[in-house]
Amino acid sequence: MDSGSGMAISTTDLNLWYGTFQALFDVNLEVKPGIITAMIGPSGCGKSTFLRSVNRINERLGYVRITGEINVYDRNIYGEDVELVQVRKQVGMVFQRPNPLPISIRDNVLFGYQIHGQGKTASKSDQDDVVEDALRQVLLWDQVKDRLNAKATGLSLEQQQKLCIARLLPVKPRVLLMDEPCSALDPKGTEAVEELLWELRGKYSILIVTHNMAQARRASDECIFMLLGKVVEHTETETMFVTPKFEETENYIEGRYG
Amino acid sequence: MFDATELNQKNERVEKLFRAGFGLMTVMLIIPVLIILTTLVVKGGSVVNFDFLFQSPTNGMTAGGIFPALLGTVWLVLVALLISVPLGVAAAVYLSEYAPENWFTRVINLAIINLAGVPSIVHALFGVGAFVLFFGFGTSILAASLTLAIMTLPLIIVATRESLQAVPYAFREACWNMGATRWQTIRRVVLPNAISGILTGVILEVSRTSGETAPIMFTGAAFFLPLLPQSVFDQTMALSLHLFVVSTQVPDMPEAVPYGVALVLICLVLLMNSLSIALRVYLRGRKKW
Repeated sequence: MDSGSGMAISTTDLNLWYGTFQALFDVNLEVKPGIITAMIGPSGCGKSTFLRSVNRINERLGYVRITGEINVYDRNIYGEDVELVQVRKQVGMVFQRPNPLPISIRDNVLFGYQIHGQGKTASKSDQDDVVEDALRQVLLWDQVKDRLNAKATGLSLEQQQKLCIARLLPVKPRVLLMDEPCSALDPKGTEAVEELLWELRGKYSILIVTHNMAQARRASDECIFMLLGKVVEHTETETMFVTPKFEETENYIEGRYG
Repeated sequence: MFDATELNQKNERVEKLFRAGFGLMTVMLIIPVLIILTTLVVKGGSVVNFDFLFQSPTNGMTAGGIFPALLGTVWLVLVALLISVPLGVAAAVYLSEYAPENWFTRVINLAIINLAGVPSIVHALFGVGAFVLFFGFGTSILAASLTLAIMTLPLIIVATRESLQAVPYAFREACWNMGATRWQTIRRVVLPNAISGILTGVILEVSRTSGETAPIMFTGAAFFLPLLPQSVFDQTMALSLHLFVVSTQVPDMPEAVPYGVALVLICLVLLMNSLSIALRVYLRGRKKW
């Protein structure tokens, strides 16, 4: 434990290299708990890289090197005494392309719950409650309650993405990371997922990466603008879109590059 | 506009020529199969009946049935499977799911490919040296099955590894990102989705194993035995060797008998193959992604 800032995610001097290519430069960020924070910036600015290092997916590549600290609720997740499985449990991640497992809807929701050990002692009816609760939270319950044993891969993309969010919830994660969760969805699906984000707001700290500036504006409390591996600006979303402090931010928001 | 030019017409002719040529080659593939099957049915079909399948040979194998050989083949195949399937599947899972990409893995892969290329008679001699003599199993079902198992290991490893690799990587990542360990991922997602391919490999191995003669000749199969084997340490008769014996070693053999034995053997193999195809079609129909 260090300072005890109470921040959901805070980084100090985070630098990240893919081999010899430096993707993040001295990132110092504080993501507040319980709200939705959006990360925007042009392709290759490091926003996805940042997101992926918060639940330590990047290190699987093998050639990634990191200096500095990433603290999640005041604990350095790259510390030596940190159990990776617990990081993955507390920090859930949603991807661009929905990636439900090729098993039933029910088993998808229970997957994390079971691998983290809660499933073994739970009775069938407890499990049913877990499934219902998670699917209700993502506003999917009414659509799938009659076919919980159907293959999850047969759902529509929007439903799949909601399911991918739902399966994170039974283990009660503290942080949800979303890497362009709507980019594979049509406008209606996007709207539904954004609606869902507001439902989840307050219960989880949400960090969402998006290419879609309108989405960042609609669906976040705070906004982080990144450019070439550096954080340019981090303020309340309204402020950023109305009165950006830096010229780069303004130019990006107005679509002069990106 | 839109009329065929001379070049179009020429391309069209070449196109037709190649299509017909390749089609002809494909049809020619079927011809040997048809000839073999028809010959066997015509010449051997008359002797194959219930008694032929379930009675022992009599009169110096010129009469009676082939039951000890049929049973022996089943024994050999079953024991070989019990050895090679766990070993092969475990090795394939390691290679596909755990092994890092380094020189050691490459050496193992090379070894597997080489093992697949070793002629069966060499496997037979290895079996004699290793299992019959060194481990002291004698000429027995166990020694023969071990030899068969080693011979078919590459088959099962390659089939298993390929079906594991066919499971999209995204599924594994999805599991790992939720905190699942490798083994949890393998058991809950990868294996259930690869099982059809693994079973196909197993059945192909069965059909290959049941037809092999050389590896079992010196290690456990006998020309003729008056008694059925009582344990895996006994010798046994086997269909493939029996076919060899009745075709070449026994004087005054009625012509229909070897053809009958061959017919039974080939039916057994075809049955296994169609089972494998049916299973694959069935299991593939159930998965969607």
